[in-house]
Order: sequence, then C-alpha cells, then structure tokens
Amino acid sequence: MAKVKSLADLKRMKDALQSKMDLREKSNDPEGLVQIKVAMATCGIASGAKEVMEFLIEETAKRGIRTVVTQTGCMGYCYAEPTIEVHLPGKEPIVFGDVNIKKADEIIEKYIKNGELVDGIIPVNYKTLD
Amino acid sequence: MEKYKMHILICGGTGCRASASEAIQNNLQEAIKAKGLDDEVQVVMTGCFGFCEKGPIVKILPDNTFYVEVKPEDAEELIEEHIVKGRKVMRLLYVDPENKEVISDSKHMGFYKKQIRIALRNCGFINPENLDEYIARDGYAALGKCLAEMTPQTVIDEIKESGLRGRGGGGFPTGLKWEFAAKNIADQKYVVCNADEGDPGAFMDRSILEGDPHSVLEAMAICAYTMGADKGLIYIRAEYPLAITRLKVAIKQAREYGLLGNDILGSGFNFDVEMRYGAGAFVCGEETALIHSMEGLRGEPTVKPPFPAESGYNGKPTNVNNVETFANIPVIINKGASWFNKIGSEKSKGTKVFALAGKINNVGLIEVPMGTTLREVIYEIGGGIKDGKKFKAVQTGGPSGGCLTEKHLDTPIDFDNLLAVGSMMGSGGMIVMDEDDCMVSMAKFYLEFTVEESCGKCTPCRVGNKRLHEILDKITLGNGTKEDLDLLRNLSNVIKDTSLCGLGQTSPNPVLSTLDNFYDEYLAHIVDHRCPAGQCKALMQYVIDPELCVGCTLCARNCPVDCISGERKEAHLIDTSKCIKCGACMEKCKFNAISIQ
Ligand SMILES: Cc1cc2nc3c(=O)[nH]c(=O)nc-3n(C[C@H](O)[C@H](O)[C@H](O)COP(=O)(O)O)c2cc1C
Ligand code: SF4
Ligand code: SF4
Ligand code: SF4
Ligand code: FES
Repeated sequence: MAKVKSLADLKRMKDALQSKMDLREKSNDPEGLVQIKVAMATCGIASGAKEVMEFLIEETAKRGIRTVVTQTGCMGYCYAEPTIEVHLPGKEPIVFGDVNIKKADEIIEKYIKNGELVDGIIPVNYKTLD
Repeated sequence: MEKYKMHILICGGTGCRASASEAIQNNLQEAIKAKGLDDEVQVVMTGCFGFCEKGPIVKILPDNTFYVEVKPEDAEELIEEHIVKGRKVMRLLYVDPENKEVISDSKHMGFYKKQIRIALRNCGFINPENLDEYIARDGYAALGKCLAEMTPQTVIDEIKESGLRGRGGGGFPTGLKWEFAAKNIADQKYVVCNADEGDPGAFMDRSILEGDPHSVLEAMAICAYTMGADKGLIYIRAEYPLAITRLKVAIKQAREYGLLGNDILGSGFNFDVEMRYGAGAFVCGEETALIHSMEGLRGEPTVKPPFPAESGYNGKPTNVNNVETFANIPVIINKGASWFNKIGSEKSKGTKVFALAGKINNVGLIEVPMGTTLREVIYEIGGGIKDGKKFKAVQTGGPSGGCLTEKHLDTPIDFDNLLAVGSMMGSGGMIVMDEDDCMVSMAKFYLEFTVEESCGKCTPCRVGNKRLHEILDKITLGNGTKEDLDLLRNLSNVIKDTSLCGLGQTSPNPVLSTLDNFYDEYLAHIVDHRCPAGQCKALMQYVIDPELCVGCTLCARNCPVDCISGERKEAHLIDTSKCIKCGACMEKCKFNAISIQ
C-alpha cells in the first residue's frame, strides 16, 4: 500500500473510499433521502425488475440525487410488474407500475427531481413494515 | 468489478463471536456465492452493536434490517429470502417486549432511540480491521488537521473548551491534563492509553478497541503532538485477546500507510505506538501503578505528586488517558469544541458509554448524553427489569461506587450528580438489581473483590477491607449485632481517609451507600435474622406447612441429617437447628408442603 504523504493525500483517499461506504452512510439516515423500493419477487424479476433496479441505482448516483434503493418482496401487483415505490422526503410513498428503463428515467426526471406526477401510479392499498 | 448493492454487517464483538458470529459469516458468504451474488453483496464483520443481549446481530443494508439471535443455520434463509426475494425473515426480527410489535429498523427500538454515539461512532459500522473504512469516515482527518493547521496549544485549547473530562473514572479535565504534560520540558515524553479496565462487569473500553482501534491510535498521536512526545504505549490486560489482535492489526496498517512512524503526513512529526500487557490486577488500572507495572516493577501505586505529567514512565513526563477519553478526541477536533460542548450537562460534556448488566431486559453497551436520567437508561433503553420484577437499586462505579435507588431514578447522570448522591461515575459499569438481590450480600461481593485486589501496601486498605468483609459476612450468617453497623461505618470512614490510592479511598463506598439506603435491610438480618430478599442461605429456613403435609414420610427418608420427624399420616416437622439447608426435602415433597422462609 502506498503511503499517505500529506493531508491532501489523505483527503483524496477519503474521497475515493467514501463511495464504498456511501451505502452504509445513507442507510444510517434514510429519512432525508429519496427512498425507492423495487419489488423483486419472482414475478418482478421475470419482468425485468433487476435491470430497473440497477438503472435506478446508477442513474440517481450519476445525476447526483442522494437515494437509497432497496428491494422488497412482491407488492401484490403482479399484473403491473415491475413495480417500484418512491418515497420522497416528507411525502407519502407512491407506487408506479409497469416500470421499464424508459419509465424509470421519466420517474427520475419528472417525479423525483420536480415532484411532477407521471402516468402509471397504482393506488396504495397496503402498509409496509417500517 | 464489484458494485455492492447491499451490505451485510455481522457483529464481531466478543459477545457475539462467543455465539458463533464467525460461522454465520462463513455460511452467509457461502450462500451468497451459491447464488452468484459475490459482486452485489458485501459481507462485513464489525465491532459490537451494543445490543449484546440479543446477539449475534446481523444487519442488512440499505434497508437497515436488524436481525437478532441469528444462528449459523439461518444464513441460507437470510440470503434466499431477504437478499434474493426481498422479504424480511420475520422470525429473526426483534420483538418489542412491551407491546409485542415487530421492529425491523434498529433506530425505532427503545434500546437505540435515546443513544448518541460519539465514542462508539464506528462500532458496529466499520470493519475494524480495514483502515480504508476508517479513513472513509474521516479517520485520521483530525490528526491531519492538527498537524497541518493547528499548533499544539490551539489543539489543547480546543480540548479544554470542549469540556471533555476523563472517562477512566476520575473525570479530570482532559485539556488541562494535556497542558500540564505539554509544559514539562524533557528530552523524552510518553503518551499512555489505559486499557486495563478491571471493573467487574465493564466492557466499554474493550468494545471500543475491538470495534474501532484506529480512533484510539489517532487520538494518541494527537495527544503526542500537543505534548511533544514521540512514543505511545497501550497498557492492556492480557485477557482481552480479540482487542489485542485488532490493535496489532491496526498498528501494522497505520504504519504501512505512514500514519504512524516518521514524518507523519509530511509534517515532520514522528510517533509510534507499542503494546504493554497487564496481568489483570485491578490496581494496575491506577495510573501510577500502571506505570510501575510497565517499568517492570511491582504494580503498586505511589504517592502523587509527582504526577505522571511531571515524572511518569521511566521518570519522564507521561500523559495517561482512558480508552474512551481518547475515542472522543478525533470527533472533537473534526466537529469542533462548540459542537461537543452543547451535548451533555452543565459540567459534564458529551456522552458516556455504560455497560448495562444485571437484572435488566436489554443487557448491553450503550452511549448516552451526560445528563440522561437513570430512569431513561433503565426503563427506556434497558427495557425495564427482567421478568417483571421490581427495581431495587443500581450500582454505578463498580467496586468504587455506590448503589442508587428508586429515589435517585430521576437524577441526571453526570460526574458531579453521582458523587453528590454517594456513588460515582467510575468507568461506566451499571449493574441493576431487583427485589431478589440482597444488598448486604451485594456489598459483601464488592468487598470480596477489593480484598482480593488490594495491593497490600497500606494497612487501612489491606487490613481494614478484610475486617469490613468479615463483618458483612457475619451479618449475612445471621450473627451480626447492632454495634457492627456502627463499626462498619467508622471503619469505612477511616479506610477512605487514610488509604494511599483510589482503590482504598473508594472501596468502602458500597458499604456506606447500602447503609445509607438500605439500613432496614441490615437490621432485618441482625434483629429478625431474616434476609428480606431471600438470598442469604444461612438465614433461610425450611418449614413444613402442617395444613398441606399428608405425612407421606418421603422428606424424612431423604433428609441427609435426619432432622425431620413425624408419624406416618401426620404432619411432619423440621428441626431447624440441625437442618443443613440442602433442599432435598423440598424437592421430594409431592404436595408442595415445604417452603423456604
Ligand atoms: C484502583 C483504580 C483502578 C483504576 N482502573 C482504571 C482502568 O481500568 N482504566 C482507566 O482508564 N482508569 C482507571 N483508573 C483511573 C486512572 O488512575 C487514571 O485516572 C485514568 O486512567 C486517567 O485517564 P482519564 O483522565 O482519561 O480518565 C483507576 C484508578 C484506580 C484508583
Ligand atoms: S489503598 Fe490499597 S490498593 Fe491502594 S496502595 Fe494502598 S493498599 Fe494498595
Ligand atoms: S414429603 Fe411433604 S407431604 Fe410428605 S411428609 Fe414430607 S412434608 Fe409431608
Ligand atoms: S433442607 Fe435438607 S437438611 Fe434440611 S430438613 Fe430438608 S432435607 Fe433435611
Ligand atoms: S458483541 Fe455483538 S452486539 Fe455486542
């Protein structure tokens, strides 16, 4: 391992290492962040939820939005998979159905960035465990 | 390249390791491999989460799910259900004992709600054997800041302003201590970390060293910079193998990165750390004894002055601080004294780590702001008394402290308040007692410890504590007199006034505080020959209830000393003067006719 030779060195190192710990820092304090849950049961995965999840993780990071993306079990909307639940700080969670990459992009740009509603909202009829 | 979407944190503290957290880690890793998820899920072994009662703990991120009492054979299900299918494994979640609610995020648990983690900030969060994770959380940034941007005096001023007081028991202002050590000019000076932790039931320092060893190394380097020392020594008891291993790994990594050694961060400042091992004598935690023990001499205290700051290790100026004191330092430098001194009470700033033990639901390690009340600690964080029993007392300060009772429950805990009510902060042990605990026996237990641990240098401590113990023993055997109570008090005061070191000066505290708070209980032993808690065996009596006894003779046939008499089909009687209290009769009686009174 190379030596840390100066305070500037240490700071560079910290910046580089921080991304590896980012997930832990964020989950420590998710209330202030955008929280997205992707339904990843068999039905969801079969219809592409995994790709959508990866897209959401990468794109929110690229676009500088502090987000926690987690997976949940089947939300009970198998007819509309992949489904995702988006929880903006201070707002009620909203569930979107039939989310493909294009839709996910629209949700990031319109709903997450500007709070504009987009098509595909499913009325919420359940409550999750914290 | 790995792109971890989930992190699984497993507690690698001593408590959870004892219950197989290593096997859990292996099984989790295997299950992850089997699913081909190696690149997506990171498994990390951390330090203690504090909730040792419910260990082993496994926490899954980013959804912050806190699994308790996990067994190695649960690993596959956790991966299959939680990681692959995204469903929480309900049976491994924590259930609130009060309202039976299932809680999956630790932040919502009563145990964690009131806690603020400063000294324990990285415990249960980072892998203590990975310096990168420490650096990612601002590790060594405080040292860097001191070396590059602050003079030794401004660092000292910052610590003084923070109001930090020593966590080793005495509560001496840390900044002031550093200033003394800085002012003494010498060719060689030393920084010593006191990791002796001899209090029965205490494991605060051990957990910090196991969970975040670099925070202590970094703080020692900062201290060394302020006083002009280039050598640090960590005095740790040999019974802490895991803490020793983690420290050794940390020292090695810090040297490899150049964060220990010569010319640290290009500043020209040199500092390195060595370990010294203690044999586990309580008195060796006292700073002068500790220094003598490191010098290869007998671990006996000597008179102060000279203080270590003038003449310590090898006669050179030495600064001794406790592990937890050190662990606070980097945060104070990074966040500023004015951030730190807003937490806590008026004269005790910041937080304190306590080891909760005894008859309490949530045994474990907690960190709360100074000024938190005992009630909050015992009932909200600690979850109340085990088995719905009644709270009786809590012993703080270990063998040097005293017991606090019902009437002290709303006292804000800090250095001065605890002293004012006849106890002390000590290093942070907190042992909770319920209605079944006998306070005379409790005092006797601590005196037994002190008698064992006294170094024997001064007579009042060596002989006096032994006498105290004998009198207490006599009382628990039912042979005490009222005069004994006066004797206990007088002798206690003499020992306190005439002992050389803190051990003798505080050892009678458990006696005095139980006399103050539970005088009636002493009287019950002496006058009524009765132990209200039913704990003193000598005062128990086995009696047969003539109403319930059917005269089956079974008890009489099983009594080893033949002290039960009675005719067939008639009520039996125990001759209590001969009974040796073996309990055999009670065990045999099928009619519940025999009880202890
Ligand atoms: C009998 C006795 C035992 C002690 N044991 C410890 C100990 O285990 N750990 C500790 O840090 N301080 C212990 N101390 C206090 C030390 O003497 C010293 O005050 C302390 O290490 C200073 O550090 P601090 O200012 O950071 O608290 C003990 C004192 C006495 C009298
Ligand atoms: S007070 Fe007790 S432990 Fe301390 S020096 Fe005297 S004999 Fe030793
Ligand atoms: S065993 Fe019980 S019932 Fe039988 S004689 Fe003894 S006390 Fe009486
Ligand atoms: S307790 Fe033991 S010694 Fe006493 S009466 Fe019962 S059997 Fe006999
Ligand atoms: S040792 Fe695991 S929670 Fe304390």
